[in-house]
Amino acid sequence: MSDVPDDLPAESADLVRPYVITNGRGLPQSDRFELITLVTATEGGTGNGPLDPEKRSVMELCEGGYLSVAEIAGHLDLPVGIIKVLLSDLAEEGRIMMRAPIPRAHLTDVQVLQEVLNGLQARFG
Amino acid sequence: MDSKHVSGNGVHLQESVQIAAKILVVGHFAVGKTTFIGTLSEIPPLRTEETMTQAGAEIDDLKGVRGKTTTTVAMDFGRLTLSERLVLYLFGTPGQQRFVQVWEDMSRGALGALVLVDPERLEESFAVMDLVEKYGIPFAIAVNRFDGQPNRSDDELREALDLLPDTPIVTCDARDEKSSANALVALVRYLQNRSS
Ligand SMILES: Nc1nc2c(ncn2[C@@H]2O[C@H](COP(=O)(O)OP(=O)(O)O)[C@@H](O)[C@H]2O)c(=O)[nH]1
Ligand SMILES: [Mg+2]
Repeated sequence: MSDVPDDLPAESADLVRPYVITNGRGLPQSDRFELITLVTATEGGTGNGPLDPEKRSVMELCEGGYLSVAEIAGHLDLPVGIIKVLLSDLAEEGRIMMRAPIPRAHLTDVQVLQEVLNGLQARFG
Repeated sequence: MDSKHVSGNGVHLQESVQIAAKILVVGHFAVGKTTFIGTLSEIPPLRTEETMTQAGAEIDDLKGVRGKTTTTVAMDFGRLTLSERLVLYLFGTPGQQRFVQVWEDMSRGALGALVLVDPERLEESFAVMDLVEKYGIPFAIAVNRFDGQPNRSDDELREALDLLPDTPIVTCDARDEKSSANALVALVRYLQNRSS
């Protein structure tokens, strides 16, 4: 892990992600992935046609079960913005499937909070 | 820990997990965010880095932008499987106004934020508190007391940080599991009271 000092002095301009890989394709689509969207490989997703090396490593990681978008980025040591673009391509090709963060229609924040509280108390006493 | 059939210690989530929730752990440099996340996480904490550039620049590929590249922003995170179906992620990043996308990503859908503060460096917490307020994230204050520091009363802190009367203030040692978990519990109880 590199040790980037994270208290650089403030600058006026807003800073955004610079890159658009694969010629900008898939960027708007990549918005549907949040940091905690859970992702896994579909059955046969990896074998279904050729894959470039980055996408192959995403698929290999996703074959083991569900992981969040953030974890995929962390394990593969790639920025989240790039992972989102790769994932949206892979989703379009039917190679991965997703679970949205909180299925809002079925679960209120109050229920989620109660479950978080119960879980914390069960785990840490 | 007793065996409650809840274990997320492998790389991947347990198959039964359906719901992912998120709480932010924010604060200035060296206030204890990475320590806090590492203390509670069931997986070795992960980190991602993004290279950020100025908004509005027209960019088609990485090469074209290299000269304009400004800085790197890092985000630490950890994971806690809290029930058969629920996983909680803790995300930490320092507060800097200009990391717009990172803050948008982090704050979207977050239940709330724990703001770590060092009572000896309160003014360094202002930037991050501005951000949390700007994004409308409900928060609690966790005072990370480093060794040998004098205690400060909650009233002093409340005034110095300009907090609302109901914003919780808890003391925590980010190196201690129980103490860190207590800080999260205080935040969650506060969030429950707000939304009921
Ligand atoms: N005494 C004490 N030291 C702490 C505590 N939390 C963090 N530290 C130490 O403070 C330093 C910075 O912590 P770190 O977690 O890296 O801060 P970050 O920049 O906010 O991620 C490390 O050397 C930690 O060991 C705490 O609660 N008490
Ligand atoms: Mg850190």
